[in-house]
Amino acid sequence: MHTTDPQKIFDDKMVNEMRIEPKDWMPEEYRKTLIRQISQHAHSEIVGMLPEANWITRAPSLRRKVTLLAKVQDEAGHGLYLYAAAETLGISRDEMIQQLLTGKAKYSSIFNYPTLTWADMGAIGWLVDGAAIMNQVPLCRTSYGPYSRAMIRICREESFHQRQGYEILLTLCRGSREQKEMAQDALNRWWWPSLMMFGPPDEASPHTAQSMQWKIKRFSNDELRQKFVDVCAEQAGVLGLKIPDEKLKWNEERKHYDFGEINWDEFRNVVKGNGPCNKQRLADRVSAHENGEWVREAVLAHAEKKKQRSAT
Amino acid sequence: MKPEEPLWEIFIRSRQGLDHKHVGSLHAADAKTAIENARDVYTRRMEGVSIWAVESKYIHASNPDEAASLYDPANDKIYRHPTFYHLPDEVKHM
Repeated sequence: MHTTDPQKIFDDKMVNEMRIEPKDWMPEEYRKTLIRQISQHAHSEIVGMLPEANWITRAPSLRRKVTLLAKVQDEAGHGLYLYAAAETLGISRDEMIQQLLTGKAKYSSIFNYPTLTWADMGAIGWLVDGAAIMNQVPLCRTSYGPYSRAMIRICREESFHQRQGYEILLTLCRGSREQKEMAQDALNRWWWPSLMMFGPPDEASPHTAQSMQWKIKRFSNDELRQKFVDVCAEQAGVLGLKIPDEKLKWNEERKHYDFGEINWDEFRNVVKGNGPCNKQRLADRVSAHENGEWVREAVLAHAEKKKQRSAT
Repeated sequence: MKPEEPLWEIFIRSRQGLDHKHVGSLHAADAKTAIENARDVYTRRMEGVSIWAVESKYIHASNPDEAASLYDPANDKIYRHPTFYHLPDEVKHM
């Protein structure tokens, strides 16, 4: 029977794997959840430019430099796709930027760790982008249309990000003893924070159940984390590097790798703002925003002037 | 000269989940009529689930004569593609 109850129509769309579009009715909580998730995702892309930008001028060859530039440029673009997707839900760009700059909105905690050596560019590409891809591929089927279409575009463009990182590490691992040690050191520092990127364990993840029911999320945090560990354990072997986890071991029964306890105190502490680089990252964003203010003003003034000239 | 009905550009979402794609244009007196006409002109065989109508004068297009200088900078940036990076065959899932 045909129904006019908006909640029922929405629920039916969920059951039938239909996308929700901006003009469709949606529960207020669904809208809020998406605004929070998409804007956090956008902020992560933008803040995520900072740790890598640190190495652009010091890339060891022109080949590495153009690659790193192209990757950081992609991240800016991906932030823009996502901000635009969030705007279709009725929040303004300004409001989201303010939420980031005042510390009200979060971004992925991984970017609060420092990039100390060139090998970190490799580890970020392999692990951080690898974890992001693991998260993002299922988001291509997320229930909100504009978000899902942005994710399809992002995943396609990001396909080189992980490979270039792995290639950096592979080159270091086939180089001198010092270079291989540098690669191992980067893996030691980035491994655990990368596992934390999937978020708190399922039993402590407050939004997971609802987000799965709304088909915003397709897999739980722990499912994706396990998948990531399984894939990385093999890939580390090809590099000849050792993942810094004594408990990492293939479990024939589960057909998965077992792995050690994640330090969730550290995770919570970094989320709270006490990671090694939280203050610096936010200060860099605030200063970029403030120093760009005159440009934004000038652009509008120029457009206004042109409009008045063409009117006369 | 009689005033003419304005021109509208029509965009159709062919299936739920996909982008709206430009399909063509038509004349109509206002937005409501443009959408109704678009339904009749462009979706007679279930081609769409959603229609956008934008008055043509609001479309700003790039100049085809400038295409060479506009797109050329991307031409030699093959490092934006995954195949630029060489990984051994035994690396899976990447």
